[in-house]
Amino acid sequence: MPLTSRHLLGLQGVPKEDILLILDTATTFKEVLDRPIKKVPTLQGKTVVNLFYENSTRTRISFELAEKRLSADALNFSVSTSSVKKGETFKDTIRNIEAMKVDMIVVRHSAAGVPYFLTQISNCNVINAGDGTHEHPTQALLDFYSIREKLGRLQGVRVCIVGDIAHSRVALSNIFGLKAVGAEVSVCGPATMIPGFIEDLGVKVYHRIDDAIMENDVLNVLRIQLERKAREYFPSIREYHNYFGITRERLDRLGKDILILHPGPINRGVELSSEIADGMNQIILQQVTNGVAVRMAVLYLLGTQN
Amino acid sequence: MKIALKNIIAFNPEQNLNKKTSLIIEDGIITKIGNITPEDSKNSKVYDLTDKYCSPGFFDMHVHLREPGREDKETIETGALAAANGGFTGIACMPNTTPAIDSAEVVTFIKEKAKNNLVDIFPVGAVTVERKGELLSPMAELYDAGAVAFSDDGVAVKSSRILRTALEYAKMFNLPIIDHCEDDSLAGGAMNESFNSTLLGLPPIPSVAEDIIVSRDLLLAEYLDARIHIAHISTRRSVELVRMAKSRGIKVSAEVTPHHFTLTDDAVKTYDTNTKMNPPLRTNADVTAILEALKDGTIDCIASDHAPHAIEEKEVEFEDAPNGIVGLETQIGLAFTELYHKKILSLEQMIEKLAINARKILNIPIPKIEVGAEANLTIFDPDEIWTVDISKFKSKSKNSPFNKRLLQGRSVAVLNKGKMYYKGSFIEI
Ligand SMILES: [Zn+2]
Repeated sequence: MPLTSRHLLGLQGVPKEDILLILDTATTFKEVLDRPIKKVPTLQGKTVVNLFYENSTRTRISFELAEKRLSADALNFSVSTSSVKKGETFKDTIRNIEAMKVDMIVVRHSAAGVPYFLTQISNCNVINAGDGTHEHPTQALLDFYSIREKLGRLQGVRVCIVGDIAHSRVALSNIFGLKAVGAEVSVCGPATMIPGFIEDLGVKVYHRIDDAIMENDVLNVLRIQLERKAREYFPSIREYHNYFGITRERLDRLGKDILILHPGPINRGVELSSEIADGMNQIILQQVTNGVAVRMAVLYLLGTQN
Repeated sequence: MKIALKNIIAFNPEQNLNKKTSLIIEDGIITKIGNITPEDSKNSKVYDLTDKYCSPGFFDMHVHLREPGREDKETIETGALAAANGGFTGIACMPNTTPAIDSAEVVTFIKEKAKNNLVDIFPVGAVTVERKGELLSPMAELYDAGAVAFSDDGVAVKSSRILRTALEYAKMFNLPIIDHCEDDSLAGGAMNESFNSTLLGLPPIPSVAEDIIVSRDLLLAEYLDARIHIAHISTRRSVELVRMAKSRGIKVSAEVTPHHFTLTDDAVKTYDTNTKMNPPLRTNADVTAILEALKDGTIDCIASDHAPHAIEEKEVEFEDAPNGIVGLETQIGLAFTELYHKKILSLEQMIEKLAINARKILNIPIPKIEVGAEANLTIFDPDEIWTVDISKFKSKSKNSPFNKRLLQGRSVAVLNKGKMYYKGSFIEI
């Protein structure tokens, strides 16, 4: 059964069957990753370009590894500034890349909508590796994979996304995807970090982390950006940590056992206390492996459609 | 030259004129209104205009010509041609050129360049030097050179103190300050803040960023008994504020663009950069309020905010794309389709909002349809069905979200300054 779309631009509108197919396929590939020879010839002869307009070593390496494990030819194309500043239009860049006979493009960009724009000007399969504050579907898929691995299911699982929801690309993808597979989704953070109209997506909003912990099975904790601009949204790191940080003391006081995910790297003492962060080493490493497996699944399913 | 406009409906609410007749025009002057005699037809070129209307020439008070500075996007000449093609005999051009229209020299330069065009071009002077919001521009000199209003359009006059001074100073000439109402500390995003901005992950611009400046402007205008004109009004609250202000006798006028009464931010869903404008496309509730405000007179006129941009400037990431669309050549079609045929406005109201009120706001005489008057007319067919084709635009730029859109209502010809623009060419009349 193939995927219903040629591209993975986001999880908005992606049917449950597609998400589960990707996760099931990822399970098969995770087995490959445990073998001594971690390579399959599935995408031999296919060329994949990793087009990164934004620095993200983790995501790029994860994709690159996935491409190599599938025997695809991987090309990295990093552009440090936006096309406007460079004086070359985005369209020109894509024309140049397409001339290299590329089959798939993995794109990361600081502006929302770029992957969609790419599908309008190119014939390649496009995979969104993060666009602005819009979507980051493979990150969300690997979160789902990890949740399913830990809890054995997604249907009915209660997941709360904690942190700066408004400026996150992972939050929206999580919301769309989790709703599709029948999980319950909520968000928790300072009011300034919750985007308007989010309730219209059927998402509950918490402003008290204790309530979020008590009423959920999983906390997907986002990394808080510490740059000056992001800091306009809350008074101080101390205040953020005291009111929204996950600490051992808080969990003990609530007597609640909860699965915690974090995309990494963790800001210790901000969104997670050091003890919690230490206890998460294992799951973070698993997340890295799961990330490769999920990206292999996406590349494979899109790359072998015809 | 002598021409005859035969079987036309002469329409001008200012003169209570609405009758089927014929017009003889000689050397640009209306010399006869009434039946055409065989004598008349013998020595004049006759145009049969059955079921077409003529009214005072349409006027667009918010146009960005890019000259001086960005002649690659639009020049005074191509802008005037686009205006004629779109059905206008007069436009006011905004001062955000390079250099800005902040000196008498630039006003004179534009007027000089536009002198022989069919379309009258009225420069709007800058409120502040280089539109920086710091020092008042030489408003008296600008006025004497021919400026018809003052604006720092593109941005609001940020400092309330500077705006106060400008409003007071402009009172001496009975000219309005045209304000682009946007609190830039709240704005700065790429689209309207709504459910759609959350879905699309685009940085949002809240409607309250407009409302705050509109309220400030209205309060200052009231306090100083001065004239304020709200450019491209786009929100429900702003419309309510203007309505309230008018009921209190505040000297306010307001314009709306065709895209703000035709489209909502649903149009942004494809990340088409031709749906990126400032103010941004808003919600259904805002559009509904705007239609109501057009109907009850809260909004005085329709203006295009014609903003030409080169293709390569728009073919970029949505967040990086410049704001605005070309509008001169779709304005009449959109207005008739969305307002007249959907029974929001009567034909009389249409002409007020397309030809009359903008001139009143800018103290420009309203052309008359009477013997002895200069023929300054738009001939239009409210019922003609046509499809927008950006490749046919006379504007140098093609950035429009309305390509391939089916419209009903179109300009047939424009006449002014002894010339007629008809079917793509100019004829001496
Ligand atoms: Zn403006």
